[in-house]
Amino acid sequence: MARSVKKGPFVQEALLTKVQILNSKNDKRVVKTWSRASTILPEFVGHTFAVHNGNKFVPVYVTENMVGHKLGEFSPTRLFKGHSGKLVADKKAKPE
Amino acid sequence: MARIAGVDLPREKRVEIALTYIYGIGRPTSNRLLSDSGISPDTRVRDLSDSEVARLRQLIERSTKVEGALRTEIAMNIKRLMDIGTYRGSRHRKGLPVRGQRTHTNARTKKGPRRAIAGKKKATKK
Repeated sequence: MARSVKKGPFVQEALLTKVQILNSKNDKRVVKTWSRASTILPEFVGHTFAVHNGNKFVPVYVTENMVGHKLGEFSPTRLFKGHSGKLVADKKAKPE
Repeated sequence: MARIAGVDLPREKRVEIALTYIYGIGRPTSNRLLSDSGISPDTRVRDLSDSEVARLRQLIERSTKVEGALRTEIAMNIKRLMDIGTYRGSRHRKGLPVRGQRTHTNARTKKGPRRAIAGKKKATKK
């Protein structure tokens, strides 16, 4: 279910103030964050966030049409390298 | 012959149902259109007068997105998700369920028919 409009979008306070400080100084630098649940606001456009995926920080450069999504959507938490099996084993045995 | 938005409506059905043959119109939209245009939902399509068909056609054109335009819009929305690199976009690209359903079993609607896995032994009954 969608979040109530009354509350407004959720953004971690600390993250918001950090971005606002950067904006007031006209500064762009990578903002490290664990707050995957934070909504991307129009203020964030042009900044790069290092969003934690549980293992490492994934750099996310925010563009205009990302507004309204959550930071976590751009930092995948799962790494799928394919299934094992004959096909994969063959490829490993003799890489062209 | 009642042809609306590039779709032939079945002649023997009630308009309320017949309109749902158009992509993008379901029962609620159909009922809204009919009450807006003042046509009884119980009329059969073959009994519709030309002016009534024209009225429906105009109303649909103005108030709802149907068929091709709707399909493009949906495709564009999905393309947007893929282009900006979201998790949902990647699920669309891989042809897997997008909304967090399990994929260990099931998810056949999205994944299509089962494919045999090479080298996998079949479980045998003892």
